Order: sequence, then C-alpha cells, then structure tokens
Amino acid sequence: MTEEVDTGRRHFLTVATVATGAVGAAFVAVPFLASWKPSARAKAMGAPVEVDVSKLEPGAMLKVEWRGKAIYVVHRTPQMLAQLQGVAGELRDPDSAQSEQPEFAKTPERALKPEYLVLVGVCTHLGCAPLDKFTPADATVSPDWPGGFFCPCHGSKFDMSGRVFKDVPAPTNLSVPPYQFVSDTRILIGAEKGNA
Amino acid sequence: MGTAAEKVTAKTGNGRLAALTQWIDERFPLTALWKSQVSEYYAPKNMDFWYYFGSLALFVLVIQILSGIFLTMNFKPSAAEAFNSVEYIMRDVEWGWLIRYIHSTGASAFFIVVYLHMFRAMLYGSYQKPRELLWIFGMLIYFALMAEAFFGYLLPWGNMSYWGAQVIVSLFGAIPYVGDALSEFIRGDYYISDVTLNRFFALHVVAVPFALVFLVIAHLMALHEVGSNNPDGVEIKKVKGPDGIPLDGIPFHPYYTVKDMVGVGVFLIFFSLVVFFAPTMGGYFLEYANFEPANSLQTPPHIAPVWYFTPFYAILRAVPSKGMGAALMGLAVVLFVFLPWLDRSKVKSIRYRGPLFKFFLFSFAISFLALGWLGLQPATPGYTMAARVFSVVYFAFFLLMPWYTSIDKTKPVPTRVTYHAH
Repeated sequence: MTEEVDTGRRHFLTVATVATGAVGAAFVAVPFLASWKPSARAKAMGAPVEVDVSKLEPGAMLKVEWRGKAIYVVHRTPQMLAQLQGVAGELRDPDSAQSEQPEFAKTPERALKPEYLVLVGVCTHLGCAPLDKFTPADATVSPDWPGGFFCPCHGSKFDMSGRVFKDVPAPTNLSVPPYQFVSDTRILIGAEKGNA
Repeated sequence: MGTAAEKVTAKTGNGRLAALTQWIDERFPLTALWKSQVSEYYAPKNMDFWYYFGSLALFVLVIQILSGIFLTMNFKPSAAEAFNSVEYIMRDVEWGWLIRYIHSTGASAFFIVVYLHMFRAMLYGSYQKPRELLWIFGMLIYFALMAEAFFGYLLPWGNMSYWGAQVIVSLFGAIPYVGDALSEFIRGDYYISDVTLNRFFALHVVAVPFALVFLVIAHLMALHEVGSNNPDGVEIKKVKGPDGIPLDGIPFHPYYTVKDMVGVGVFLIFFSLVVFFAPTMGGYFLEYANFEPANSLQTPPHIAPVWYFTPFYAILRAVPSKGMGAALMGLAVVLFVFLPWLDRSKVKSIRYRGPLFKFFLFSFAISFLALGWLGLQPATPGYTMAARVFSVVYFAFFLLMPWYTSIDKTKPVPTRVTYHAH
C-alpha cells in the first residue's frame, strides 16, 4: 500500500466524469431544443390549402393565405404570356437560376399551366407585399412599364412571371410555392405531386 | 482607552445595530463586501462627466426590471390578446400608461447611456490591457441588450412589431445552407405567429434578463479586480502611499456614490420630460405604424427599426447583396469585441493620442450618427450612396486601427493623474 496520490488515475477519472456528464447534458438538451421546432399544431395549420380557380376571370388575381403568407394566383391572358419573352433582357434572373421555386417552374412561364401563375406574395427584398400592376404603362409605376408586380416599400419590380427586373433592391424572383392541380381548375397549394 | 466594542458603539451610535452587524458578519461577509466593493474600493479622483453613464446604465436596468415586472401582470402573450392587453394597460389599468411609458422610454434610455458608456471607453482606451475581459463582458451585455430589445419589440403585437421581427428573423435566412431551417427554428412556425410571440415573451422576461444580471455582476467583478480607468489612462495602482492605497484614488463611497446620485437626478429630469411630454418622441421611441395590430398580409409602407438599431440597418441596406449585407451588419456589431487587440497604441487616453486616432475616432462617431439617421430614411439612391460612404468610414475605423495606432505620434503620459482642485 502506498500513501502517494495517483494523480494520473485522478485526472483520468475527472476527465471521464466530465465527458460522461457532457454526453448526458447533450442528450437532455435535445428535447428542449426540439421543442422550438414547429409543433404538430403549427404543422397541421401549415398544411396545403386548396383553391378553386374556375371563377377567376382572365387577367384577374386572387389571394389565398398559406402559412401566414399571401399566395397570389393570376389567370394570365395570352397577351400577358406573350410579353414574357420581350422583357428577358431587362431581368436579373430570367431563367430563375438563383430563385426559389419547384423544379417545374424554371421556365419563363414559371407555372405548371402557363395561364395560371402561382406566386408567394412576399418581396424577396425585405418581405413586403408587392402590388399587382398588370396594366402596361401604368402611370403609378413608369411610362415604359410592361406590366407585372411592383413593391411599394423599396420599389422592386417584377414581370408577369414574378421575375425580378435589374437595378431594383430585390435580389431574386418572387418565390413559387410547391403546388399541384388536383383537377382542371382546383389547385392544391403547399404540396407538389409526389411529395404530398 | 476603550475596547474595540466601545469604539464601534461610539462610531455607529447604536450598540444594538453594531451587535446585529456583528451577528451577520459572523455568518455572511456583509461588512467585508461593503468595504471591498464600495467604501474601500479606490477609484481615480479625476473621473469626469463621461463616467456617469456606467452607473446610469445600472440604474436604467433596475427601472426596466421593476416596470417590466408590473407590465407582465397585465400583458397577455398570445397573438389573439397581446395588442388588446397593451391597450388595456394604457386605458384601464390604474397608472398602467405610466408604467408602460416608463418601460418604453427606458428601452431607448438604456441604449443612449450604453452608447455613451461605450464611447467613453473608446475615448479613454478603457478596453486596453488589463481591461480586455471587462470590455468583453460589457460587449456581451450590449448583445444581450440588443436581443432583449428585439424580443420585447414584438410583444405589443403592432404591425411594425410584426414586420420588424419578420425582417430581422429573415436575416438569419441569409446564412448559407442552414438559414431557412434556422429562421423556422427561431419562429417555431412558418411565419411570425402566436408561437413566436409566446417564446419571445419567455425570452424577454426570463431568459435574457437573467443573462443580463449575471453579465452585469461579472462586468462589475472584473472592474473591481483591475480597477477603474480614468481620463488620463494612468494606472493609479502604480503609485501607492505607505498605507497601500493609490495616491490618486478616493473611496467610491461617499465620493462617487454622491457624484452618481447627481447624475441620476439630472437623468431623471430628462427621463421624466420624455415620459410625461413626449413618450413617442415623435415616432422615434414608439413608431406610429405600431398603433395598428399585427397583420401578416399587409406590410407597413416603410419598415424601419427603432433608432438604436438603425446604424446597423443602414449598413444592411447599403450592400446590394442580401447575404453580404447581413454579414457586414453582423460584423459591424461584433468588431467592437476586438478593439483591445486592434488598438496597438502605447497610450490609452485621447489626451495623449496623436492626430490620426483623433481623426479616425471623430469620423467614426460622425459615421455612426449619420448611419443612424440614414437607417430611418427611405432607401432612395442618394441616401443609399451616402450610407455606402459612411459604412466605409465606419469599417475603416476598426480595420485600419492596427496601422494608424502604431504609427500615430503620441504624447508622453504623466505618472500621476491630472487633477485640479475645485
């Protein structure tokens, strides 16, 4: 029997105790941190919403709420679709390479069916709600205005597909939410086919 | 003549009080704490006007905690009830309007005194060795204060509360890869909702105040360990008398307790003027768009944070890229932490610094104020250009500091503080 203190053994035991305690603390932290994630109720309330567009006139827009955000649904006229090619040169991201949308929306029309445009009505700059200014040469925007969306907060401009023009503060095109057609005129917003 | 006990009796004039004090001292270091932290804590005798703001910050913290406790008794942290419960406090609760205006004015007053307190440290080099950790604790207090103000601003559930929180939370979305998941984690929902309001309430009234009080104690302990700096940036501990007390030191009590009480009195005059005559301060302390309830589908035409965040908001808007803007805004706040290591000067106080430091500090102060003003204005091209210029000046102060402080011509520092008897 030696009277000397085995410092190496003590050090090992201290480190082992601290390490075990840290692992325990990490496990205990999980439920607390996870409680910050959207709850089952928040998820249920964020479930997809269905819109009936059969009564939406050509050229008109309706707004529905999904996850607290306004979703714009526009019934585009052939004239509106025709001008999409003409503005491509003035756009920052004409092919939607930098923007947020489902895979199918990376076209100039940014839609499953070209006549129905579905957009998240939240400016990609600082989150304001862009206004529908579909009339070309609208005096409240500018004389050479081709028609599209205009954000009143900081003057961002978007075309009839929600694509952002150059030299405005918004960095990317308006987002397209995931959506699918459940019938010819009923749109389910919040779920893509296959992921629903 | 006389025993120790008789002397104590003679001094206090009350034998029972002395006996009680002794009874406590045998069980808790009451007298020892009082002496080491207050009556025998020696502070430099030349502290000037700028030294009011530390004690004032502590005073405002007490105001905020007390008025906050009473607001909590009538506030309802739910999206359905929050806005109306604030109106209820304003109209129906006896003196509720006063308690709320004290709390809302206190928030702005807190930032005013803290900004002046920080500027004092920059004027006199108070962050320099050996006070680096004291400075870091102070910066952590400032960060906690920003979080506290941000969480508190959502609680009235006005439309500016709502969209201000929306903009700030979406800034976290600018962080690559984890950004969107992080914003969702902070909100606890897909948008700023009842869930977000409820958790911000918990953070505002429990978590952050605890952290603040803890950090303030750490800040004061670090201060009393290294001792206070002074307008000359001279270490008074280097010249001590035969009794071991610094020759240029005077006991904090009664000298600085009395001085600080004058500061509190003057502060309360201005504070009361705002509370009673201009509680909204023309829309700067309470924004007008916040007198409408939160509406997730309608943004106010012009979103601006409260004035104390506008210098950083102006930097955010000045950068054409969202990600870079958020990064530079974060950097503008965090850079202060590194001042002790960016500053290579041999002297602490502005009194002995050279023209280069004076020029950079002055242009920094101007750019901070100018950015603060620009952050309140709509982002027109002219204002954006001005914000870019001032942002460059702002960052130049920090990033060029190792260069200009090492080549600056400094004046010789005296061994004792300069002091003229009144």
